[in-house]
Amino acid sequence: MSTPPLLTLEGLTKAYPGVVANDSVSFAIGEGEVHALLGENGAGKSTLVKMIYGLVKPDSGRMILRGAPYEPAEPRQARADGIAMVFQHFSLFDALNVAENIALGMEKPPALRDLAARIREVSEAYGLPLDPFRTVGDLSAGERQRVEIIRCLLQDPKLLIMDEPTSVLTPQEVEILFETLKKLKSEGTSILYISHKLEEIRTLCDHATILRLGKNVGECTPADTSARDMAELMVGTALKTPERSAKAFGEVALDITGLSVPAPSAFGTALKNVHLAVRRGEILGIGGVAGNGQDELLSVMSGEVTCARDAVKFDGKPIGHMGPTARRGLGVLTAPEERLGHAAAPDMSLTENALLTGSVREGLDNKGFLKWGATRSFAERIIKGFDVRTPGPENAARSLSGGNLQKFVIGREVLQRPEVLVVNQPTWGVDAAAAAAIRQALLDLAANGAAVICISQDLDELMEISDNFAALNEGRLSAPRPTAELTVDEIGLMMGGAHGMEVAHV
Amino acid sequence: MIRLEKRPQPSRAWSLATPLMAVLATMLMGGLLFAALGKPPVEAIRTIFWEPLFGEFAFYYRPQLLVKGAPLVLIAIGLSLGFRAGIWNIGAEGQYIIGALTGAGVGLAFYPMESWIIFPLMILAGAFGGWAWAMIPAVLKTRFGTNEILVSLMLVYVAEQFLASMSLGLMKNPEGFGFPGSRNLQQYDSAHNAELIAGTGMHWGVVAALIAVIFSYVLLNRHMLGYHIRLTGEAPRAARFAGVKPARLVLFCLGASGALAGLAGMFEVSGPSGQVSIDFNVGYGFTAIIVAFLGRLHPVGILLAGGLMALTYIGGDIAQGNLGLPSAAIQVFQGMLLFFLLALDMLTNFRISIGKPEVV
Repeated sequence: MSTPPLLTLEGLTKAYPGVVANDSVSFAIGEGEVHALLGENGAGKSTLVKMIYGLVKPDSGRMILRGAPYEPAEPRQARADGIAMVFQHFSLFDALNVAENIALGMEKPPALRDLAARIREVSEAYGLPLDPFRTVGDLSAGERQRVEIIRCLLQDPKLLIMDEPTSVLTPQEVEILFETLKKLKSEGTSILYISHKLEEIRTLCDHATILRLGKNVGECTPADTSARDMAELMVGTALKTPERSAKAFGEVALDITGLSVPAPSAFGTALKNVHLAVRRGEILGIGGVAGNGQDELLSVMSGEVTCARDAVKFDGKPIGHMGPTARRGLGVLTAPEERLGHAAAPDMSLTENALLTGSVREGLDNKGFLKWGATRSFAERIIKGFDVRTPGPENAARSLSGGNLQKFVIGREVLQRPEVLVVNQPTWGVDAAAAAAIRQALLDLAANGAAVICISQDLDELMEISDNFAALNEGRLSAPRPTAELTVDEIGLMMGGAHGMEVAHV
Repeated sequence: MIRLEKRPQPSRAWSLATPLMAVLATMLMGGLLFAALGKPPVEAIRTIFWEPLFGEFAFYYRPQLLVKGAPLVLIAIGLSLGFRAGIWNIGAEGQYIIGALTGAGVGLAFYPMESWIIFPLMILAGAFGGWAWAMIPAVLKTRFGTNEILVSLMLVYVAEQFLASMSLGLMKNPEGFGFPGSRNLQQYDSAHNAELIAGTGMHWGVVAALIAVIFSYVLLNRHMLGYHIRLTGEAPRAARFAGVKPARLVLFCLGASGALAGLAGMFEVSGPSGQVSIDFNVGYGFTAIIVAFLGRLHPVGILLAGGLMALTYIGGDIAQGNLGLPSAAIQVFQGMLLFFLLALDMLTNFRISIGKPEVV
């Protein structure tokens, strides 16, 4: 690179008790460069950017910003030095409007009227349409992200750090975001882009640094490197692509007709006239941006929320009125998205958590009296069969990492030989190798004649495993279509992200 | 700098050690309190903890331990089921009173007939009375979503009015020379909850408390219902996912705790107390809340905690008599016990680490 880099990291090391999060990581981000930081969950990406943003102090190593030593003691100092960050989880107050939210994050906020004018100015300049007086609670995830981005842009940053920005966006929203980022880049702003979505990185980024287990294991130019090569660098081993065997579908196993359920709470989503049918051997993928009724749809299928008898049918028998236990008896099993507190009780042992859904089908009780021996061996089978990393089944669920607990939760249902399995975000927060194993397990289930519904926000996942695809938008489910015939654009339209959107006019 | 770090999972060793540490801390701070009141601290602590068990008059005090401990344990066991599930019955005192009234009412209705059937009927009536009183907050909660804490607590005061009315009216002893209070059941053989072995303090209430401990242990550790109770307390959403019906659990937990409190009241009125009187209730229903937490909501722990609490009651009485300690000081002492227990409880889930803070 001819110009000196904007920010250079040299040998950054940060250790937490029991784990080295970053082990002497070095790389440089050039002026006006979009630099990708790649790695699996737990590879140390978050710790690294927290050090750059002044949230965490490195144990050793140094950073150089434009030739001068850079040691931010707190985010305020990092911001003063021109570094801004958009977090994966938004820190916005639902009840306040956009301008008020932005004012809250400023040191010396100007009058709200002036601020609103500047917000309009910036949002138009960067193709991020946003009304400063709208209440944040009414905004979509993509619009909330714009609030966070504009909050950063108002500081006129030199380096913008974005942590997994596209995980909550529809394809169209991703496109808008990319246009914005390209415009920023053309103005000389550097961007540090964290993601594990490889195709995105290939289209957007100039340079990529790959972290594995806290170490910098390689750099590449994404445009010239295949996604598979990058994935293998991330994982460290050759990847196994899940295999599917072409097979004819059987009878309809689960059938939902004209299902409408009011929203369970003020921030929930009502389900409106949902129809779906899934046949034995079929995997139905349900996409959609988070908060469009995924949780509610799952709870209707699990029996946590009951409805009219005929609205949900299993093998032609009405089961809408049945609770979770009765449905498990029939073989209709579910795995909710939220692991801690919903799919599993955090403070209970894995053995006790195996009992949570396993008692009916695994025969873990005798007239109400518990068989702890059998329960324990069921838990051990899950741990073994799904490679759950834990010292043993007596450990509390909360002591497991998110990915490991996810493997346990999915394994618990898969091992119960379901007739119908409904999973929500089955590979969320799980590393690539384990995600592949979970997807393979779902494919195997379907191949053995079970009907599988996979609700997910990971479109790549749905494209990979599902036979048919439907999208949830504001509690309405689109008609399912064969996945193989769909293009990304069509999926985006099905997800309903199209309305009120336009690609940035740059 | 001292910080708290969350443990990856609750520490078993600390969960056993903290009740002991709480007792020691209470002794220490209680000693300071007594010293500040100008009483000899070591002597006072010794009087409270040693005198009832091994002192000169222990032969008199030891049976009292059972008499005081049994209702505490019986009520606390019932409360612990609900507390485990996040269902807060604060009105055990009221259920205790109503159980005593219905139990004694059945006994008094049969007077002066003598039959072996009377006492078992009184037991059933006592349990039913407590159960029915607890069903009021239970049904209101499941039907209308009212707060069971407030309803059950307020019903204590209603029950106290009932008690006063009964001892002055319907149940008043017709041969009592106009004094308030019912006939003395101790003088009515068929209804008397007498000592099973003379001089030990061992009455049917003690037996019932021990049975309740065993039942509760089996329920919580070996039965699906107990598992569902624990699951509901730890993760209500996971419990619904597991198929637990919250309303049924509310009915069961409030019903069971009410029935046990009613039993305790019935055994008390037909035994140690003997008669329905205006000042019949002495706060067992409230103290049992402390006992339940002191015993970490665990059946065996509650058994031990009930004994300890009974000890501080009796020891406190002795200290009042011998050393002239004010009764308020004894109550503060008991309050300290709960305070330290709850404060030290944190060590089960957190570890203290000393060092420089980590910026995260």
